[in-house]
Amino acid sequence: MNSSASFHLFGWRPSRGSARRPHSRLARSALGIVLAPLLLGGCAAHSVQPAAGSITGSIAGSITVFAASSLKGAFATIGAQFEAAHPGVKVIFNFGPSSGLATQIAQGAPVDVFAAASTKTMDSVIADGEVKAASTFAANSMEIATPAHPTRSVTSLADLAGAAIKVAICQQDVPCGAAALTLFSQNRIRVTPVTQELDVKAVLTKVQLGEVDAGIVYVTDVKAAKGAVIGIQIPAADNVTTTYPIAPITNSTNGSTAQAFVDYVLSDAGKNVLRAAGFLSP
Amino acid sequence: MSRRGRPITSPPRIVAIPAVIALLFLGLPIVGLLLRAPWSNLGAVLTSRTSLDALRLSLVTATAATMVAFVIGVPLAWMLARAQFPGRRLARALVTVPLVLPPVVGGIALLLAFGRRGIVGQYFESCCGVTLAFTTPGVVVAEAFVAMPFLIITVEGALRVLDARVEEAAATLGAGRLTIFRRVTLPLLAPALVAGGVLTFARALGEFGATITFAGNLPGVTQTLPLAVYVGLEGDPSEAVALSLILLAVSVGALVLLRDRWLRTGASA
Repeated sequence: MNSSASFHLFGWRPSRGSARRPHSRLARSALGIVLAPLLLGGCAAHSVQPAAGSITGSIAGSITVFAASSLKGAFATIGAQFEAAHPGVKVIFNFGPSSGLATQIAQGAPVDVFAAASTKTMDSVIADGEVKAASTFAANSMEIATPAHPTRSVTSLADLAGAAIKVAICQQDVPCGAAALTLFSQNRIRVTPVTQELDVKAVLTKVQLGEVDAGIVYVTDVKAAKGAVIGIQIPAADNVTTTYPIAPITNSTNGSTAQAFVDYVLSDAGKNVLRAAGFLSP
Repeated sequence: MSRRGRPITSPPRIVAIPAVIALLFLGLPIVGLLLRAPWSNLGAVLTSRTSLDALRLSLVTATAATMVAFVIGVPLAWMLARAQFPGRRLARALVTVPLVLPPVVGGIALLLAFGRRGIVGQYFESCCGVTLAFTTPGVVVAEAFVAMPFLIITVEGALRVLDARVEEAAATLGAGRLTIFRRVTLPLLAPALVAGGVLTFARALGEFGATITFAGNLPGVTQTLPLAVYVGLEGDPSEAVALSLILLAVSVGALVLLRDRWLRTGASA
C-alpha cells in the first residue's frame, strides 16, 4: 500500500476515495483537450485541400508566411497593408530562426511563402525542391546592442573581446549567428559569447533585460527596439551584410495569393515599409 | 489487488477502439524516432564533442537538481504533510505552480528573480559578483525549479497516507524521535522517495524551456541534451534524431528502474 500511495497524485491508480476525484475529472477533461484538436485538425485538412486547388488564379483565402525573426516588425506592417488591399485575405505569420523554419518546411509544414535572412538557407530549401526560385528583397547589416542602462561600457567591436564583457550571439546555424562569427573573424577579434541564442529576437531580449552587456543583432532590430537598447554602429568597412530572399512554396495550396504576397513585398509599397524599418536595398 | 480490478476478456468495442487509437498515438512517435534514426553513423554522432558535452552536462545538472530537490524539497514535503502553520494551503498551492506553468514562463520568472537585474539576483551580483544566468549552476536552478514539485508532491502524498499510529506505537515502545524517523518513517517512505526522485530526475533531464530562457545555450556550459536536440534540428536533423535516442534510452531506463523496483511490488507490499 505504502509504495503505491505515492503515485495516486499522478493518476497511476484508479481513484477510489473522494479526495482523489478532482484529479480524475481533471484527467478526463485534459483528454478532451488533447483529442479535440486532433480530430478537428484531421477533418479540416481533408476538406480544405480539394477546394484550394479549384480557386487558382484569384487572390483569396488565407496564406501562411514563414519569415526570419528579424522581419517581424516590417512584415507585420506589410501583412496588414496586403490584407487591406485584398479584403477577405488573411496572412498568418510564423516568425523564427531561418534555419529552423527551413527544417520545418523540409518536414512538410503547411506553408505558402518563405522569407529567409540568408541566401544559404534559401538555397537549402531550393535544393530540397520546396521552392523553385527566390528573389532578394532586402539587405541588413549587424549592430552591437547594449542595455539601455549598461553595467559595463561597450563602445566598439574590439571591446567585446574583454573578459568581463558578456556577449550574446545567435547560434551558428542561424543567419545572424553565422554573420556574428564572420564579423569577429574578419575583424580578427576573439569573442567568447556567454550564450548562443536560438534567434535574433532572443539575443535582443537578453540585452534588453540587462543579462548580457552586448549582443550582435541586426541594425533593424536596434531600430525596432525603440530605445529599449542602445545601438553601437559598426563601421561599414568592418561590417557584415546579409541578404533576404523570398519565394512562394512550390506545393502551396494557395499559389496565386502566395505569389501576390511575394509581389507585394517586392513592390514599391513593400520596399517603403522595409526601408522605414531600416533595411537596405539588396 | 482486489477483484474489482480483474481484467475483462472481451472488452466492449466502444472502449477498445479508442484505447487502441490512444496506444498508437503514444507509440507511433517512438517508432518514428527508431525507424528514422541514423543507425549507420550513430557512433560518430554520439561520440562527437557536442553530444558528449551535452550528455555529460545533462547527467551532471539533472543529478544536481535532484539532490537540491532532496535537500530542500523533502523537508518542505514534511512541513506540508505534518506541520500546522499559517498559509499552509497557500504553500501547497505554490508548490504545484511550476507543475502547470509553461517552462518558458518559469524561465522568464527565474530571470526576473535571479537574473543580473532580478529582484534578488542584483544583490548576488553587487555583493559577491555571483551570476547564475548563463552558468552551469543556472541550469541546475532552472531544472530544480521545474522538477522539484514532483518530489515534494510524491513525498507529501506518501507522508499523509502513512499511518501515524505506527510511529506512535514505536514511541510507546520507547523509541526516540531519531530512531522512529530512521527505523520506521524512512523505510515506509523509501518507495515514495525513490519514485519521486526518479520522476524529478527524468523531468530535470528533459527540461528545455526554463533552461534556454534562464541559462541560455552554450555548448559545454549550458547546452543540455534537449537544447542540443533543438539546435541540431536547425543544422543537422539526423544529429537531432541521434541525440533524441540518448534521451529516450535514459528515460526508458528510469522507467524500467521504477517498474522493477517499485511498481510491480506495489500490490503485495
